[in-house]
Amino acid sequence: MSADAATTISLLKPDSRTRRRNAAEARFRSYGIAAIVISVFALVFLLSSVLTNGLSAFTQTFLVMDVTLDAAVLDKSGNRDIEEMKKVTTIGYGTFLQKAVIAELEAKGISTEGVSAAEVGGLLSKEASGQLRDKVLADPGLLGKTIRFETYATGRVDGYFKGRVTMESAALDKNTSPEQLELADRMRAAGLLTVSFNPGFLFGPDASELRPESAGLGIAILGSAYMMILVLVMALPIGVAASIYLEEFAARNRFTDIIEVNIANLAAVPSIVFGILGLALFINFVGLPQSTPVVGALVLTLMTLPTIIIATRASLKSVPPSIREAALGVGASKMQTVFHHVLPLAMPGILTGTIIGMAQALGETAPLLLIGMVAFVRDYPAAPPEGFFDPAAALPVQVYNWTQRADPAFVERASGAIIVLLVFLLIMNIIAIVLRRRFERRW
Amino acid sequence: MNAGLLALLVVVIAAAGFILGRRRSLAIVDGEIIRLHSLPGYYGQSVFLFAAAPALLVMLVWMLAQPAIIDSRVSALIPIESIEEGSSLGLIMSDVRRIADGLDIVVAQGRLSEDQVQNMRADLTDVRDRLADVGVALGSNVKQAVFVAAKEYRQLTGFARLAMSVVVLVLALAGAVFAYAKISPDYRARNVSETAIKSLLILSSTVAILTTVGIVLSLVFETVEFFRLYPAQDFFLSAVWNPQFRGGSDLGILPLLWGTLFVSFIALAFAVPIGMMAAIYLAEYATPAVRSVVKPAIEVLAGIPTIVYGLFALITVGPLLRDYLAQPLGLGSSSSSVLTAGLVMGIMLIPFVSSLSDDVINAVPQAMRDGSYGLGATRSETVRQVILPAALPGIVGAILLAASRAIGETMIVVMGAGAAAKLSLNPFEAMTTITVKIVSQLTGDTEFASPETLVAFALGLSLFIVTLGLNIIALYVVRKYREQYE
Repeated sequence: MSADAATTISLLKPDSRTRRRNAAEARFRSYGIAAIVISVFALVFLLSSVLTNGLSAFTQTFLVMDVTLDAAVLDKSGNRDIEEMKKVTTIGYGTFLQKAVIAELEAKGISTEGVSAAEVGGLLSKEASGQLRDKVLADPGLLGKTIRFETYATGRVDGYFKGRVTMESAALDKNTSPEQLELADRMRAAGLLTVSFNPGFLFGPDASELRPESAGLGIAILGSAYMMILVLVMALPIGVAASIYLEEFAARNRFTDIIEVNIANLAAVPSIVFGILGLALFINFVGLPQSTPVVGALVLTLMTLPTIIIATRASLKSVPPSIREAALGVGASKMQTVFHHVLPLAMPGILTGTIIGMAQALGETAPLLLIGMVAFVRDYPAAPPEGFFDPAAALPVQVYNWTQRADPAFVERASGAIIVLLVFLLIMNIIAIVLRRRFERRW
Repeated sequence: MNAGLLALLVVVIAAAGFILGRRRSLAIVDGEIIRLHSLPGYYGQSVFLFAAAPALLVMLVWMLAQPAIIDSRVSALIPIESIEEGSSLGLIMSDVRRIADGLDIVVAQGRLSEDQVQNMRADLTDVRDRLADVGVALGSNVKQAVFVAAKEYRQLTGFARLAMSVVVLVLALAGAVFAYAKISPDYRARNVSETAIKSLLILSSTVAILTTVGIVLSLVFETVEFFRLYPAQDFFLSAVWNPQFRGGSDLGILPLLWGTLFVSFIALAFAVPIGMMAAIYLAEYATPAVRSVVKPAIEVLAGIPTIVYGLFALITVGPLLRDYLAQPLGLGSSSSSVLTAGLVMGIMLIPFVSSLSDDVINAVPQAMRDGSYGLGATRSETVRQVILPAALPGIVGAILLAASRAIGETMIVVMGAGAAAKLSLNPFEAMTTITVKIVSQLTGDTEFASPETLVAFALGLSLFIVTLGLNIIALYVVRKYREQYE
């Protein structure tokens, strides 16, 4: 009996095999935790990287100063004739502004040692002279008066204040010099340069490669909004009609099967293929104008339809048959049953699905590249409906556009644009969640 | 009259028809609705339908057919010998269209009267200057033959537009009158309107089929055109991708296919284990509290647009991998690389894999778990030896779906993988994929009819076939698997 003691299994003490199994259990469990941690970490890392890179895009360095508009320089003929005044080009305004800045610096007692006159003028955005010119041409009465003029500082100075440009990088950069940046520091101390919130980033048009400081999202936001309106108008009725047919009327036959298979496959077709379809069908064949919201919306509609159809069918299916039977029982026709009873009950689910589909469409980029939305657009599209046929940009495409440009200032702006995009997506998703929570009924 | 206004007018006629029809139905029975076959609103609807549907349908067909017919008649006016070297009928026709539009503007602004335009001759007046005045730019001076064609084009379009307006309006009115006259107590208005609505529903559901047909046709047509200009065996078998602006390009798909598969492989190697382990943990181990936080967090990853992932790859992951892995190891100095794109795409696929695996794991009947626990298996043994084997077909399906996602993904590779077509095994090198080249070939400034542009359609067709094949197999596998436990 006692000789067997070594081989008896104690229920209180785990043997080696049990320990192994328990260790395997713990290992497996830790793999699971690791997977969760990696996924959540990826999410946090992704969002924080975008936020840290992009938040600074919402502020900008401005130069604020009083400018006396010298009539002798800006209106040589002196008769305030607009046509005559247009002869002074932006270059003329540029030299005028340059002198004005130097005069202002002298007046404030800021030394410009080691910085040439052209470099002082170079602290201003290249946009500044055009802004001043437009201002004067719009109101010639300003001539001879002293006005408060606010304009962007150049992207390099802005980058210096935001930590993107350093003295070392400025020494290597032919567009700026360390002396210029030191002057900028002195000007900031004197209150000439200020960093503040920049509405132009949200509402202004895109700007050329050399003027990152004045590039804005206005046209892109407008273009995306136009597309979303059109997608809603086209995708919701078509999607709901298709779902009603498939869910309530269609007989199980070959034709219905083909439709079902098609919808399932379309949901998985790569988005870029829809872009090719848009290019070949809507632009080359039908002849719609390139890079317009209407073409973008058509492509996005075809892309979102499967999502909307799948969501709508699910929510039609969740309406209990007793509702239909009751309606049919009191003499409603099949069509009346669906439109008067089933559809209203399914509506919250349908709207939720539609909003989620539209959120997908809002972030979609690849197909829009192919239909020419990468084009540089500087003019705001007109009000709808004509505006639907005007060239416009789109938010995600604008992000892509900016990442393709050489100046690192555009990376900041691209991240800022992503934040705007994510805020819109967040709003849409919150609306969808609220709709679902408030109105969805469980049967 | 422009199309929008015409359509609006038709709708107004139809709406008026609705009101009148409804009123007439009530008047016929002196307000005793019970004598009517249908509710009064349905009589109005039937008038609306008869007024609007045929008119709008004719208008649609007309607008689709008109350009083709007019183009063929006008291009007959342009003598073949007047087409210069390097030009084509298509280019001249676009000139014709531009001149005709310009003349419209000239007349609309009142610079010339209709008669003056009719008598204008391109060899006597400087048409180009006149049009430049109103903001229509032309590439070269206008030849008389082209100008005559433009005037003919303008006249035909003007006539066609007028004819369309008249036909459509007459049709709308005739439809309204016809349906109005038919209203009687026995008229089955509800059945008429319901049949119409039902056909509208059927029409909507065919949009899915039409889209597929559209995709296939547009891809196939242009691909056939491409293979006429470029030999098919070179496209499929050549290992060199080197498009040239001046022709003589090498357009082999192999390096692109390699890049695509390499990136997708890395993405799946990252996403499948993590996604599946996450799904298993959430389904079998996690407490409800953990699940209610982690599950939505992972799903957020699925809602983030791919452009965000692309930017993440470009400005964060790429430089990170380059500075801390590639350069110390001496494997490369490019921030865009296969590994960058693959990793970021892997992050994108995690929620996709985990939610599909979650479905699959939940579909395994509870009885199988209970049986395994009853025999004394631990939870991990149950998962590995009972649940996973049972769920295997479903998991294979999920992986195939994820693979098709990865192959078709565009923005992450455009921004993260680079543009150099290479056949290399080093994951730190920049390589390119099919989708990247579709974008770059179709967003450039090359002429549309050149093989360098058309190759994008051949690439698109290859992509479409591969992803479609993967999907069909995956859906088949998943469906078979579901049936097993139902």
